[in-house]
Amino acid sequence: MADPIADPRAAIDVQINSPGREGLTGTAPASLYAPSVDREQITIPPDFTSPDAQPGWRQDFPIDWPQDQYVERRDFLKFMVLTSAAFAVGQLWIGAQNWWRRRSHLADIRRIVSLDDLAVGRALVFDYPGAHDPCLLVRLGPAECVAYSQKCTHLSCAVIPKPEEGVFYCPCHEGRFDLRTGAPTAGPPRRPLPRIVLEIRGRDVYATGVDERTT
Amino acid sequence: MPANRPFSREQRATIVYGMLAFVMIIVILQLWLLTATMNAYLGGDDSIVWPAAGVSFACLGLNVGLLYYLGRLERLRRHDTRAS
Repeated sequence: MADPIADPRAAIDVQINSPGREGLTGTAPASLYAPSVDREQITIPPDFTSPDAQPGWRQDFPIDWPQDQYVERRDFLKFMVLTSAAFAVGQLWIGAQNWWRRRSHLADIRRIVSLDDLAVGRALVFDYPGAHDPCLLVRLGPAECVAYSQKCTHLSCAVIPKPEEGVFYCPCHEGRFDLRTGAPTAGPPRRPLPRIVLEIRGRDVYATGVDERTT
Repeated sequence: MPANRPFSREQRATIVYGMLAFVMIIVILQLWLLTATMNAYLGGDDSIVWPAAGVSFACLGLNVGLLYYLGRLERLRRHDTRAS
């Protein structure tokens, strides 16, 4: 007779009316499904060896819930570690961007416009410090000018100067910045517009640097 | 009590739950660190860029260490099964 522990199929009772089981239908005693070798070993592999001795692909696709939950949590843990690696790489990317910005943003002194060519209350678009960094120069008074980056600090839409309202207006999400300080006054932006440092020499307006701020 | 007795599957599942809670807290911390660093960087404050990167990599090291420990537990279990 085969060992029922080694081969659970040997415990199958082929006689329906064996003593103690009269009136029951079916061919297998209830004890067949009780844990026989190890209470953890719910799944019986085809070769009747331990689940831990099975190949990796079989262990990763279990058919019993406890092992399935274990594999799921383990794989989720691996995914979270991968996410952690992605965040660390993101930090490295910010560092690389910062290095590049420091290297390339050695802002030069550049003449923007003559005061004679810009009336009070008018604005001018210019690029500074790079060729793809649009900025806005607004003349507030006879000898008073302000300049800010044109990119909204929310999602980089181009802001529109509205000197009559005293604001820079971002049409994408109704953002507003104070015309004099560049500080956000309404809408989703939280950071002020980067300020372009200006210098007036005679009648000419020069940009001398970029002042990026968090508050 | 044997010193190198491998953990049962239930014990390993408990360990995985504990690790998962720990790793998720660290990952949330890393996410906050990333957004805070990005905000500071975009605002022109680059003083925290490299310290934050160092902390983030330290967190990654912790997570990888935990994952390695879990793999070691599984290898120990398999080794013990084959030996017995």
